Amino acid sequence: MRLLTHNMLACNIKGVTKGYPLKIEATKTEEKETDFNAGFLRHIYPKLDWKALREAAASLGLEELPEQVEPSQLEDEDFLRRFHHVLLEIHLEEGALVCPETGRRFPVSKGIPNMLLNEDEV
Amino acid sequence: MKLKQLESILGGIEQFQSPKIELEQYPTGAHIASRMLYTIHNSYDDLEDKVVLDLGCGCGTLGIGAAILGAGHVIGVDLDEAALDLARDNCEEFEVEIDLVRAEVSGRESSGFSADTVVMNPPFGTRRKGADMEFLRTAFRIASGSIYSLHKSSTREHIQRVALKELGAKSAEVICELRYNLPATYKFHKKREVDIEVDLWRFELAQRP
Repeated sequence: MRLLTHNMLACNIKGVTKGYPLKIEATKTEEKETDFNAGFLRHIYPKLDWKALREAAASLGLEELPEQVEPSQLEDEDFLRRFHHVLLEIHLEEGALVCPETGRRFPVSKGIPNMLLNEDEV
Repeated sequence: MKLKQLESILGGIEQFQSPKIELEQYPTGAHIASRMLYTIHNSYDDLEDKVVLDLGCGCGTLGIGAAILGAGHVIGVDLDEAALDLARDNCEEFEVEIDLVRAEVSGRESSGFSADTVVMNPPFGTRRKGADMEFLRTAFRIASGSIYSLHKSSTREHIQRVALKELGAKSAEVICELRYNLPATYKFHKKREVDIEVDLWRFELAQRP
């Protein structure tokens, strides 16, 4: 699972109000090269929670993303390549996603996060 | 890419060894999947550079096909661990990157997802009544552009009514009638194989405020 998908995941346990973004505990990550596509990055940017992406990148020890993105940066290939790398080339393979409110852990195994809730959580 | 080429590629995807009846795991055959994806791509341009979500992805056929046709990012969601393991193996085999997430499609777990395009081959709702409509409701929460979904032709009027009146679709259209050739997958199937008439639907989402 890559950080674009992480950007959409939340802890949806009944009653939880601050279940986003999930903290990442990584025991294994993999880097895989993906075709760079500036058009896609510009398309996806407005839909992202930038702060959550930035925190996720930091927690994985990736290079820092700026706090705010200026419109001109979306035309800057150097910035877009860094953005691309963080968003689409880093795979969380093993570890857990942790709810910031309850500490509930959602295990990630072989790259697949298990977001299933128990009966008493829905 | 030509349709025949796509069909031949998708024909190499490994399908369920022991499908689970309660989840109505019927494989999306290469014939149907390739026609579905080819139409989505060529007639509507809803795959290339899009975020595509495959709801109830099973062994990953639709998601892998979407990735092959140039989707910007593909996410496959399924409840079943064995199906996801198979989907992951298939992705490796076909050298495509799809993010897989284990979650209940119609449950709370799916509430945060968003995508330009949702593609799905949902349960037909014959074993668990209403399962097809639950998938459709979830798809309407997730998609911002269009939804492509297979449903039994016998449910056509009902689906159109729900999509337009209740879910607020801008349009709901059957874009292709297909025959779902279902080999006898489960013990309760008496005939060796049976053709089911299915519709490929395209739902367009109304612009959100």
